[in-house]
Amino acid sequence: MLNRTADTLARATPSRVARKVRGLSDRGVAWLFIAPTMLLLLAINIFPLVWAIGLSFTNYRANRPNEPIKNVGLQNYQRILGDSDIWIAMQTTAHFVLWTIVLQTLIGFALAYLIDRKFRGHAFWTTIILIPMMLSPAVVGNFWRFLYQPQTGLFAYAVSFFTGIPNTSIDMLGSVGAAPWAIVIVDTWMWTPYVMLICLAGLRSIPDYIYEAAEVDRASPWRQFWSITLPMALPFIMLAVLFRGIENFKMFDMVNLLTGGGPGSTTEVASITLKRQAFESWRTGYSSAFAIILFVAVFGLANIYVKALNRVKQR
Amino acid sequence: MSLTTAHSVVAPTPLSKRIAGTIVILYALVSIVPLLWIFATSIKTPPDSIAYPPKVIFEPSAEGYCNLFTTRTRQTPEYISSLPPAANFCDEVTRKRNMVIAGPSNFLPRFVNSLVIAFGSTFCAVFLGTLAAYGFSRFKVPLADDLLFFILSTRMMPPIAVAVPIYLMYRELGLSDSALGMILLYTAVNVSLAVWLLKGFIDEIPREYEEAAMIDGYSRLQSFWRVVLPQATTGIAATAIFCLIFAWNEYAFAALLTSGTAQTAPPFIPTIIGEGGQDWPAVAAGTTIFLIPILVFTVLLRKQLLRGITFGAVRK
Repeated sequence: MLNRTADTLARATPSRVARKVRGLSDRGVAWLFIAPTMLLLLAINIFPLVWAIGLSFTNYRANRPNEPIKNVGLQNYQRILGDSDIWIAMQTTAHFVLWTIVLQTLIGFALAYLIDRKFRGHAFWTTIILIPMMLSPAVVGNFWRFLYQPQTGLFAYAVSFFTGIPNTSIDMLGSVGAAPWAIVIVDTWMWTPYVMLICLAGLRSIPDYIYEAAEVDRASPWRQFWSITLPMALPFIMLAVLFRGIENFKMFDMVNLLTGGGPGSTTEVASITLKRQAFESWRTGYSSAFAIILFVAVFGLANIYVKALNRVKQR
Repeated sequence: MSLTTAHSVVAPTPLSKRIAGTIVILYALVSIVPLLWIFATSIKTPPDSIAYPPKVIFEPSAEGYCNLFTTRTRQTPEYISSLPPAANFCDEVTRKRNMVIAGPSNFLPRFVNSLVIAFGSTFCAVFLGTLAAYGFSRFKVPLADDLLFFILSTRMMPPIAVAVPIYLMYRELGLSDSALGMILLYTAVNVSLAVWLLKGFIDEIPREYEEAAMIDGYSRLQSFWRVVLPQATTGIAATAIFCLIFAWNEYAFAALLTSGTAQTAPPFIPTIIGEGGQDWPAVAAGTTIFLIPILVFTVLLRKQLLRGITFGAVRK
């Protein structure tokens, strides 16, 4: 590392020691470097957002571009807040977010705690565990439809093997009661490694001397866990929870491919509702208003996230 | 001298290690089953793939891969027997099912689209991200924290919510269903990750290196090019792989904004159907081919993974 640096510096030394042209000023360089990114984000994120805000006050329908656009004021927003389907979708989303977070945090932390025992081969098995989270939720979610098939699927076979329930009655995606859990299971399978990895970093950040001091004070392992391990890993757990919360609040791809919101609308999370309104019913104005409401919700979460992130960083 | 006893958390007992290892390995094995099953299904014949109880031992077949790359039409046995002998394995398998290969499927063009869009957007995002990250890392930018938060917040938007106005905008600009449109969009999504990650990496390079180079007569741009960039190579490579994985895996935008010429593999793979429903061995074959690059990258990225998934918030 140091050698490379010295090398680079040696090569960096110009033949003429004093140069007359120093190029752009620092201020110029700073703007030259930052501006392209900002312009791109303004064009691809902010401009469409402003457009959507404008549309959210109209009755515009994207499949009928020639129809006159009427300004309807706050009507779209009023309708959304009074629409029972929207509230059901928000409840479905809340159920999904809550249970995936609970399961992923419990299993993820437990796994991290066990991996931190540093048994033989732990690095290899950690890598194996991490694989599902790197894969495309859409492509893998699609394959879970095959695993979930009641007649021939591996999941139904495994459940009936262990419980004795006939496999044909284990219809995870087709039954109203099971479908919300089917998506929770796949999401937990995929993203538990994510929580595990962050928790593991938290556990490894706890210095050994704290445990050594606790040993001297004859604190029981139980006591050590509750007074040292858990509180010191907590900021990391929170970070993982917030990330998963935001991601699952936006969840679209996996659910769209597994159930498409069905059966009926039992797994219709907010993003699926939005897609149905915007790209199937073509209520562009109405769906823009719903999109804005979701933005505001995610921004709230993002704000909390950045505060938590800074707190973790300060440690 | 050592204060740690055999019961200390610092040095776990052999027994606790063994128990921990057993549980973790069990979890790993169970969690990897769906992936092994994808691979196994890809080398099964269609009847084997839907046998019950599920077949663990079976005769491997490349039929799924044949079906993935071709489209087939049903023919009468008389017609098939009148054909010249099968030229290759795929011909033979198809004829056994009373079908003939009609032509190539859309899988290859969709896969190429995925490659073009993923690599194109990764290059753009890393290029823009490196510049912006250097700008934020080294200069006093007014409102830097707000700008950085703004950059991050663009990533927090639900893709479907962004897709509505993007769809309208692209329709006006003629960018609907075009690779250029998708590259621009993925660049915008990935640049936030790139800026945050790379700022962390560049922050770790001591300023003294550039200052020394500048005292020696280098301009700011030269010292950025010749001193900072070579030092940041690892960070840039890791960031590029993260951007690549995102663009490769992305589904929501691709499903809503592309339908034909620019469609990528993720929205295409679920639409692979055979006679009487989804052709699961072909789907599994497409999934396997699609997942292999990511498996390789995951192993390569092991050490940087944590940093990547937390936007640089947690570093080991």
